[in-house]
Amino acid sequence: MSPSGQGRKVSLAESIGAHLLLVVAVAFALYPLLWVVSLAFSGAVEPTPRVLPVPLEPTLEHLRGVAFSTLEVPGEPDRWLFGLQLANSIVISLATALVGVVIAVPTAYALARFDFVGKEGGVRALLATQMFPAVASAIPLYIILDGLGLLGTRSGLVLCYATTAVPFAIFQLRGAFETIPRDLEEAAMVDGATRFEAFRKVVLPAARPAIAVTALFAFMSAYNEFVLAHTMLGREEMYTVPVVLQRYISEFSADWPKFAAGSLIVSIPVMILFYIAQRHLIAGLTAGGVKG
Amino acid sequence: MLRRAAARLSARAGARVFGALFALLAALAPALARAGELRLWHAYRDAEAAALVAIVEEFSARTGHRVELLAVAHESFGSKLAATIPRGQGPHVFIDSHERLGDYRQRALVGDAGPALEPDAVYTAQSLAAVTQDGARWGVPLSAKSVALFVNASLVDRVPGTLEDIAALKLPAGVYPLAYEAQSAYGHMPLLAAFGGRMLEGDARFGFVGPAAARSLAFAKELVDRGAVPRDADGALVSDLFRSGRAAFAISGPWLVGQLAGVEFPWRVVPLPKVGETGLPMRPPLTVEAAMLSPQGAASPAALALARALGSAEAAALRQRLAGTLSVRTDVPVPEDNPVLAGFRAQAELAEPMSADPAMRSTWEPAFRAIRKVLRGQAGPDDALAEAARRFADVRRPPPAAASPTPALLVLGLGMLLVAFHLVRRARDPEARRALRASLPAYRYVAHSVVVVGLLVFVPLIVGAATSLFAGRPGEGYYVGLANFVEILTARGGPLLATGSFWFVLLVTFLWTAVNVVLHLGIGLALGLVLSRPTLRLRALYRVLLILPWAVPSYVTALAWKGMFHQQFGAVTGLIHAVNDWFGTSIEPIAWFSRFATAFAANVATNVWLGFPFMMVVTLGALTAVPADVLEAAEVDGATRWQRLTRVTLPMIRPALAPAVTLGAIWTFNMFNVVFLVSGGDPDGSTDILVSEAYRWAFTREAQYGYAAAYAVLIFLLLLVTTRLPAWLARKEAGR
Repeated sequence: MSPSGQGRKVSLAESIGAHLLLVVAVAFALYPLLWVVSLAFSGAVEPTPRVLPVPLEPTLEHLRGVAFSTLEVPGEPDRWLFGLQLANSIVISLATALVGVVIAVPTAYALARFDFVGKEGGVRALLATQMFPAVASAIPLYIILDGLGLLGTRSGLVLCYATTAVPFAIFQLRGAFETIPRDLEEAAMVDGATRFEAFRKVVLPAARPAIAVTALFAFMSAYNEFVLAHTMLGREEMYTVPVVLQRYISEFSADWPKFAAGSLIVSIPVMILFYIAQRHLIAGLTAGGVKG
Repeated sequence: MLRRAAARLSARAGARVFGALFALLAALAPALARAGELRLWHAYRDAEAAALVAIVEEFSARTGHRVELLAVAHESFGSKLAATIPRGQGPHVFIDSHERLGDYRQRALVGDAGPALEPDAVYTAQSLAAVTQDGARWGVPLSAKSVALFVNASLVDRVPGTLEDIAALKLPAGVYPLAYEAQSAYGHMPLLAAFGGRMLEGDARFGFVGPAAARSLAFAKELVDRGAVPRDADGALVSDLFRSGRAAFAISGPWLVGQLAGVEFPWRVVPLPKVGETGLPMRPPLTVEAAMLSPQGAASPAALALARALGSAEAAALRQRLAGTLSVRTDVPVPEDNPVLAGFRAQAELAEPMSADPAMRSTWEPAFRAIRKVLRGQAGPDDALAEAARRFADVRRPPPAAASPTPALLVLGLGMLLVAFHLVRRARDPEARRALRASLPAYRYVAHSVVVVGLLVFVPLIVGAATSLFAGRPGEGYYVGLANFVEILTARGGPLLATGSFWFVLLVTFLWTAVNVVLHLGIGLALGLVLSRPTLRLRALYRVLLILPWAVPSYVTALAWKGMFHQQFGAVTGLIHAVNDWFGTSIEPIAWFSRFATAFAANVATNVWLGFPFMMVVTLGALTAVPADVLEAAEVDGATRWQRLTRVTLPMIRPALAPAVTLGAIWTFNMFNVVFLVSGGDPDGSTDILVSEAYRWAFTREAQYGYAAAYAVLIFLLLLVTTRLPAWLARKEAGR
């Protein structure tokens, strides 16, 4: 038997093994999700233990019930409420990603390139913020936002989300900037660019994948959040979708099918984003790093 | 050239995206400018919300006052009121359950509604009593809700007189005589009443103790053990069983009516039966929904007029007709063509209003745990009830005494002096001044984020941490020094390693973090390595599918997992049945949440599922940095596959993985959702981790924010020490 023949055989068996492992993992990943899908499309209930998540008497009623809710303002024509709320969710999350990145990028760059007084302490303090459970700092946050006149506005919410996303973003981006060779900027500066121009025209484009990933994280954290959103937003047409979904579950009666249907609808934009971003995601995630 | 053009193109595209974003924000803004004159908050959905809109429209047309409606989630009504009313952004009028009145009054969230009420005679005595406290009326009673008995008339033609007769019914296989939430305290209350007991006695004394309570529990256990009542039933299961004809009777509320729209069998609603053993009827707790006024609303004639309109006879009739909501007015009869409403009315007359004492909130958790323990056969009724009473007393224990703030102020002052001294010394030091001047360019890059993060992250965090030095209800807190920490660290005077004590929870939390991080890393690493095989087909497809658990909101998937672990109806039990069928084995379905090991395993399974995609993606990214020629060189040198993995690949990706593992460990340590949603601490609070324990103190046990904040500070310190430890040790070693 020739060595190459043996190699091929092994790799066939290995390839089957690899696919087997992946198929098992995919089944593990999808099985609970399929139950959510099945619940969202089921028109009937059958309380028996079942193995396959197949919808019973499939129906689109729940999806429709969630997606076509209207805003009933006394004395005004109804408006498409769910559309507004989905738009709110997307706009608030995009704005969060934008603001978060804008805040984090220069800071991360300074951390990667400059030495300055207070740098080490600042980085440590930033990591420490991740360790404090958010539950305990919610009430002071309301008071501060109220002082800024931002309580109950979407801008205030965006600011909250953006700042909580910033520590993680800074760690990610600092690592990314550190992997970009200093020679690139120095060459630009020799050619007469200022440091800021070099940063803007050379470093930023090179770090684009990492920035995309950071933005995606900020987007995700804002998109799924409902505690702050529920407490801060004071108008139904300002609500984000997670707040709306939360209302399908109340103390006595829970409308699980609608809850599931709504969750599916909300996850569609995220899945599209993930699909688009997955290449960047894989290149960008590990570029960052926490050095505490 | 081409590259520059591409860059310009992408810059333009970026500008367009931002432009569109701001246009969208601007388009949404007009809604913001439109302000209503009166704000009305409610928690209604569907038909009830529609009825409310109709009533409010009529009010606006008649009086010219504009009313703005806001639907608020029932669970967070209180926290939203507390966050907004003191800042003048809350509602003028809000519709909520009367049992929250005691709490709202303590927090000054509700004003006197007396002027909005009509003469006493138009309301039922019960509903009037429900909104009356200390001689004043705190809301206009609107409607009454309680559970009643739903009868599937195709399975039984006659309603037996007693609960015992119902339990003894002969029915087709797989059909339960009765479905009700046996495991919940709310579901148990009618039975408790039939034995002459109550959850809370009049003087805020724990009532769920003593012979009556013990007999009611023993009775419930017998019902479940005989299979007359489903085990571990929650509200959703009760309605599913009844809707699918798998329960002859169900104890449920008006919320079930809407779900019975399409069912094929005839059904009706009657009052709950008697218990033969005592001869007393089962009396459910009655919830009276009332239009309450915030202090701001109580001072406004328009808001009072709105509350009165909501409680008017016309409004009540409309609610009954459109939404089937039972009125509490004596002058509004139940429509003759609505036997369901008549059934609820008959039940309401026999029901007892739920206690509005704030202490009621502290009864749920101890009672719930005692009931579950007894139903599972893990404790006798007497022991379980004694423990519940002890728990109630523990939670209700008066907060620590006020301490003098002088020592803390002294320490604070001294600390500030030291810092100032240090700063002055550094400012004088030319070396430090030079360093500071050299830092100036860098400060231009960080100044804005220092301001924003400082204001919105650090300040709330520090204030939050400082609340740990205070005790008492929100708004009337007082300084207690380190008393909260002392209480926590001494396990509130109980045994140090008892379930629920800080030290026990700490051990569970460390176990939880370690197991999760190892599994996240193991699975993520394995999948990442397999996915990075150059010859693998369908790689992109696998990658997208494996990322999905991360993309779907985790609160819905956590609940899906919980459903899968239901002992009787979960998919895991379905799988066990399937395995038994195929292989002829006889594995018993597992009661996941009745033992620590299995409940913990269920939590871990859920969290591993949620977290492995992150580690997989991190691994994939790290692997792209491993140069192929290094691996080839190792292969040429005769390294085996395993050696290449452990000696080349893993050491090379370690630096990239380490930060992800650190952050992953921190997040897992504080992973509140999974524990709270999946096991909910079951059994008996043993699977709670520190952060869910902190949450319970803040939200379900008397709103002890100071105590919860002390937990948060301890979590913070623990994480700080654990994550810094390796670096400190390394430095020490290096210094030697």
